[in-house]
Amino acid sequence: MAKNTAKKLPAVDCVLVGFGWTGAILGQELTDAGLNVVAIERGSWRDASTDFAVTFAQDELRYMWRKALFEEPARETLTFRNAPSEEALPMRHLGSFLPATGVGGAGIHWNGQTWRFLPSDFVARSHNEQRYGKLPDDMTVQDWGVTYDELEPHYDKFEYLCGISGKAGNLKGQIQEGGNPFEGPRAREYPNPPLDMVYGPTLFEAAAKATGHKPFTCPAANMSRPYTNPLGVQLGPCTYCGFCEKFGCGNYSKSSAQTTILPVLMRKKNFELRTECNVLKVLKDDSAKRATGVVYIDEQGEEWEQPAEMVILCAFAHHNPHLMMLSNIGRIYDPQTGQGLIGKNYAYQIVSGVDVFFDDKILNPFVGAGALGVGVDEYNGDNFDHSGLGFIGGGYLACWNTNGRPIEHHPTPKDTPKWGAQWKKAVAKNYLTTATISTHGAVMSHRTNYLDLDPTYRNVYGQPLLRLTFDYTDNEHKMSDYLTERATDIAKAMKAREIHPKKRTGHYDIVPYQTTHNTGGAIMGADPKSSAVNRYLQSWDLHNLFVMGSCVFPQNPGYNPTGTVGALTYWAAHAIRTQYLKNPGPLVQS
Amino acid sequence: MKSATCIVGIGVLAFAGMLAGAAQAADTSFATIERGRNLVNAGDCVACHTQKDGGRSFAGGRAIETPFGIIYSPNITPDPETGIGAWSDEDFYRALHEGRRPDGTRLYPAFPYPYFTKMTRDDVMAIRAYLNTLPAVKNRRREAALTWPLNHRTVMRGWDWMFFKPGAFKPDPNKSAEWNRGAYLVQGAGHCGACHTPKNALGGDKTDQALQGGAVQNWFAPKIAGNMRDGTGAWSVDDIVEYLKTGRNKHSGTAGLMAEVVQDSTSKLPDTDLKAIATYIKDVDGGPNPPPPPEREKSDPKTVAGAAIFADSCSACHAPDGKGVPHMFPPLEHNANVQQRDPTTVIRVILQGAQTAATDAKPTPFAMPAFNWKLKDDQIAAVATYVRNAWGNHAPPVDPGQVRDMRQKLKKDRAGGGS
Repeated sequence: MAKNTAKKLPAVDCVLVGFGWTGAILGQELTDAGLNVVAIERGSWRDASTDFAVTFAQDELRYMWRKALFEEPARETLTFRNAPSEEALPMRHLGSFLPATGVGGAGIHWNGQTWRFLPSDFVARSHNEQRYGKLPDDMTVQDWGVTYDELEPHYDKFEYLCGISGKAGNLKGQIQEGGNPFEGPRAREYPNPPLDMVYGPTLFEAAAKATGHKPFTCPAANMSRPYTNPLGVQLGPCTYCGFCEKFGCGNYSKSSAQTTILPVLMRKKNFELRTECNVLKVLKDDSAKRATGVVYIDEQGEEWEQPAEMVILCAFAHHNPHLMMLSNIGRIYDPQTGQGLIGKNYAYQIVSGVDVFFDDKILNPFVGAGALGVGVDEYNGDNFDHSGLGFIGGGYLACWNTNGRPIEHHPTPKDTPKWGAQWKKAVAKNYLTTATISTHGAVMSHRTNYLDLDPTYRNVYGQPLLRLTFDYTDNEHKMSDYLTERATDIAKAMKAREIHPKKRTGHYDIVPYQTTHNTGGAIMGADPKSSAVNRYLQSWDLHNLFVMGSCVFPQNPGYNPTGTVGALTYWAAHAIRTQYLKNPGPLVQS
Repeated sequence: MKSATCIVGIGVLAFAGMLAGAAQAADTSFATIERGRNLVNAGDCVACHTQKDGGRSFAGGRAIETPFGIIYSPNITPDPETGIGAWSDEDFYRALHEGRRPDGTRLYPAFPYPYFTKMTRDDVMAIRAYLNTLPAVKNRRREAALTWPLNHRTVMRGWDWMFFKPGAFKPDPNKSAEWNRGAYLVQGAGHCGACHTPKNALGGDKTDQALQGGAVQNWFAPKIAGNMRDGTGAWSVDDIVEYLKTGRNKHSGTAGLMAEVVQDSTSKLPDTDLKAIATYIKDVDGGPNPPPPPEREKSDPKTVAGAAIFADSCSACHAPDGKGVPHMFPPLEHNANVQQRDPTTVIRVILQGAQTAATDAKPTPFAMPAFNWKLKDDQIAAVATYVRNAWGNHAPPVDPGQVRDMRQKLKKDRAGGGS
């Protein structure tokens, strides 16, 4: 990877590293501003009509089990350990999370659950310390440097781009019947009405009401009706086929870069996309104040230098900090000294569930959409008094109707054998009549949960792999147990034959699938001493380097991250367009 | 031109002019070139005169499939050697007006001179002025691969005698200026009849059936005359304008060759011209509606199978009631294209899939996937027959043999690298 072997290409105004949601949004915004933009994507070109055609898109074996849309661990992976005292080993099969590869990124195979974080989530440290006193020393939670009110117009822009189906719970401070009453104030309704609800979640809804909760239809990037977004791109109504998570949508019904932006962006003359090209390094000038471009390797193994006035990292949460480490941008975090910021505050989420088995209620789990469900938000963030509970943070509870696919979905009561005739009998008996209440819990950042470079293992390009050190702490276990108990309360009120609460116990395990919501590693904040990027997602070190995605989250709240990733991207794009391009330099003085 | 040559020197336009040795004073005013550009768009010249998959615009080389063999389109950029840079204006006018090459030999009517002859000399010169502004591209054309005796251009003499009447368009004083503008565009530059008018055995237009629908390159270009069931009768003028401008309207969406026409041609025309075209074609008599075929028994096994296949494979987009999602997934109920007397397009779209045009107004290129690997001939025949006769639709049934034939043709297409 010697720098001098790369052939130098003509300079462009802006290079985007990675081409999923954030790359597509920035491509659209910055070409609108008149810039010449090149996006570099390691995976292949994909469009909805040919790559996810409805004649083959619902292929569970190909996409779910053989992982056709995801990162290939043989090319790029990470090493993992629970604690700094252990030796990390490479993750050779995807499990706990599913980073994507290819155009559209993980925004292809997501469910479409599109939330806003709570206003208090953005000031997690100051808010919690004010209410509950000083946080433990090892809990490295911090404020974001940006507020909910500042992000509101950008949440709105992303939701209207996507055509989110939902019901407002708080319109300009007025609480709305049927919506989430805990959400921050929004300027206007969702662009589309909520999805039509199926039976299982309505049973949850009734039980939640009966137990004093305020349930609502969850916000969904699955279309409840045909939609044309502000760019003129059209989405079709969802058919409730149940193939969202881990699949591309061939009905144009799930928001993705392909279904909301690319039809417009790909027609532009000042935009170019290079696929099957992997960025190896961000280049800096001698003063180390500016990035000068990137080096990437193409499909044929040839290396190219793409000079650019601006470099924006738009890859998956793991890969942005990894690329910063490989490029010697900033200093890699050291948990012993607390020094260094790249890799700091990696966080994940903690999920659990309660299975609810009926005898007489046919719930048709095969009718579904990724974000088709009813939720309650009483136990998220600081929506409830944590005094005496021994933890901060929370999560939502929800009953979803999705993923009821034949290979993946086999609900069985507790103590059913894992295979054989009894198992088959139990699946046949319970498949149609089982609901699950999921809990989606936050993870607070912690001194010993972080990313750095692995000393031993390397990727296909000979670069050190990213090393992930992570485990749940007491805060997560107490919080998740609390959420599981609250879900159990509601499950009991559903008056089922039996319920089966499944608490999350023990260490974090990277093998079973849990969620792809990885955060941190290049965190944002108000101060260069405690953050890698400023409130506009601009590197404190190189003013023409911006970093997108959930890697900037200082900790991981109890919601799915995509809504906030989209809002932050529009927020950063707005700052670039209105401030940075006029006067390139640090947008916040350190 | 002279002063332009002196001043610009190496400007493309001037350069082309010099190479052409064009002594004659060409009109290079902006207004003329713009008018020429508009007519080149109306004529969709770029479609035939550009090789598919990355050919340089107007440099020719596209294989045009005809019932008599393959013709490769020529280069019409100003390159003097391989393009038309060396042609005089008179040569150019004669090509469009009489269907003759500069040496006097006859052109094949794959080049639609039987339509272009309707254009005024002024308009033809404006087209020439626009083509002169294009970058010259060196690209020698391939010789046509036609069957005997058509490989001899002299044969075209007889063809011209039988089917070609040179002469500019004569306005009808009893009709509005808008109607006449529409008729001029449809019959002239737009050459809509080249596809939409049925052809006789020798490839000449059946002029008494203008715009009543015609077979072309394994598609059936639907009837666009103004009757109800299988014409444009149910479409308003605005619907037609919207279709030509954006590639879709609430009734239908473009596919196949018409998607190219919309993308390259009609989406770039001014609304006034589109409205004129719509006004004219709605006024073309489409004849009486075809009588409904005898009601099929609901219990007919083919109807049952067709309905089941539709529910399984088609209804997610086209909706169980056939109403589709207007402007996205075309409604099949009352869809004129679905009810053409010739089911070619229905069969082909099911076999091969289709993609709507992407235009500035409607940038999303919605697509229907191919079912050729998923459904058998009799299944496609059943579902095609079903959609042609459900929800009040009426059209002759489709036979599995027709599906088999189309499979063969499409296979040959791919093998031969045709259109």
